[in-house]
Amino acid sequence: MKKFLIQAAWPLAVFVVVVTAWDLSCRWFTIPAYVLPPPSAVVRAVVERHQTLWNAFCITALEAGGGYLLSILGGVIIALFFAQSPLIRRSFYPYTILLQTVPIVAIAPLILMWFGSGLRSVMLVAFVICLFPIIANTTQGLISVPRNLIDLFVMSNASRSRQLLKLRLPHALPHLFVGLRISAGISVIGAVTGELFASSNAVGEGGLGYSITYANSQLQTDYLFALVLTASLLGFLFFFTVTTLEWLCLRKWHESAMKTDAD
Amino acid sequence: MPQPPFIILDSVTKRWSNGATVLDGISLQAERGEFISLIGPSGCGKSTLLRLLAGLSGLSSGSVRLDGMLPESAREIMSFIFQDATLLPWRTVRSNVELGLELEGKSTEAQRRKTSTALLELVGLSDVADLHPRQLSGGMRMRVSIARALATQPKILLMDEPFGALDEMTRDFLNEEVLRLRENDQFTTFFVTHSVAEAVFLSTRILVLRAKPGQIAREIPVPFPFPRTADLRSAPEYLRLVGEVSAALRAVQVPSNPLNPGHP
Repeated sequence: MKKFLIQAAWPLAVFVVVVTAWDLSCRWFTIPAYVLPPPSAVVRAVVERHQTLWNAFCITALEAGGGYLLSILGGVIIALFFAQSPLIRRSFYPYTILLQTVPIVAIAPLILMWFGSGLRSVMLVAFVICLFPIIANTTQGLISVPRNLIDLFVMSNASRSRQLLKLRLPHALPHLFVGLRISAGISVIGAVTGELFASSNAVGEGGLGYSITYANSQLQTDYLFALVLTASLLGFLFFFTVTTLEWLCLRKWHESAMKTDAD
Repeated sequence: MPQPPFIILDSVTKRWSNGATVLDGISLQAERGEFISLIGPSGCGKSTLLRLLAGLSGLSSGSVRLDGMLPESAREIMSFIFQDATLLPWRTVRSNVELGLELEGKSTEAQRRKTSTALLELVGLSDVADLHPRQLSGGMRMRVSIARALATQPKILLMDEPFGALDEMTRDFLNEEVLRLRENDQFTTFFVTHSVAEAVFLSTRILVLRAKPGQIAREIPVPFPFPRTADLRSAPEYLRLVGEVSAALRAVQVPSNPLNPGHP
């Protein structure tokens, strides 16, 4: 516990210094609040509008979380398909790379056009952006099983499904978690970006991204800051959850988890 | 009617797809309970021969019969011990030992547990049964690997340089352990090694292979009776045989000047 406190002290110190500098520069340089609101104004915005902020947080969490979970499901299924043969990989892999290279801001309007605005479309944007890291990493895990381990299963006359269940999937688990960690953060980016285009305009149905455009247009910069911080917090929560889950699953046997133990 | 030999290899030849001949006309017979070491320069195909016996690789011509069966059909009576321990890192030691039985699917959980308990006792790993492989030393991992191979009660054991990566003390210790395990269970063994001392200590017969193409250059019987103990290592007849096998091995090494490769 003492060790933990010492470790937490450094980032905390950085936080205090940055916030103080921010506050002081707002006062000294008399920057208008709509350009850079002082920390106190941001805190006030959070307190005063906590109800709408919480509401937006929940909506974006649902969109990002939903898209994220779907991408795990879809990504693992596609990876299982890819792991079947090099020919399948060679045929389809270039197209999955497109998922990564096409800018999400270009796909979002299309999704809006095809599926209309609303929660489901935003979820779809998050899904698309999360998919590639999961496919790529899980596939890598499934096909990188050491030759000797496969021979061992062949020598035991293990069927393909047993090989998958007892060898390939557990071996791919650490790789899957790498994908999950990458996608956890970007799922929120996907949802916020999706909302800029495809959020429902109905009262009380806009998430963080929608509220950001709204706050921006109204020059409510203090609230905008509050929204941005909330969005980062959401991504951090996702990341933290996945990292904890990873630690729980791998701590006993995987090198990566072992290293964290030793630290 | 006399029984046919337990294992029969008849002019076994293996060529890679690029036409290179790895093994050329290997013929040999082995009786039940023999311990045959394969030794030779790298590229002589000794590991390939083991893989052919295991059915992990197909032959180009010739035939292999194990207890009258083709290699693929004989897997149930065979176990393979690899160069590295090849344990599943997410399983505990015990669960690794039970893997073969579990994949066979013929035993209940209680039976598997009984077998693994007995084998872990036998290789002296009862204390670490619930640990994961990464918590063990290299020598202990190899013992888990041996216990796993023995769990299915194989009649044939194929060992591909299992102790090559271990330090000499651990290697000697595990050699003695293999001898001890063989007293309980008379499995027939093919043992690939680079160590002459190890081969003489363990084997009933040593096959010295030459490379390019891989052929049996010499066959040297090891007459020492079983049970053998560590004392054998200092016996003059043992040392004499080690010298003889070393000389045979030198004779098949491609002569080359190590300071000036390519100019013999």
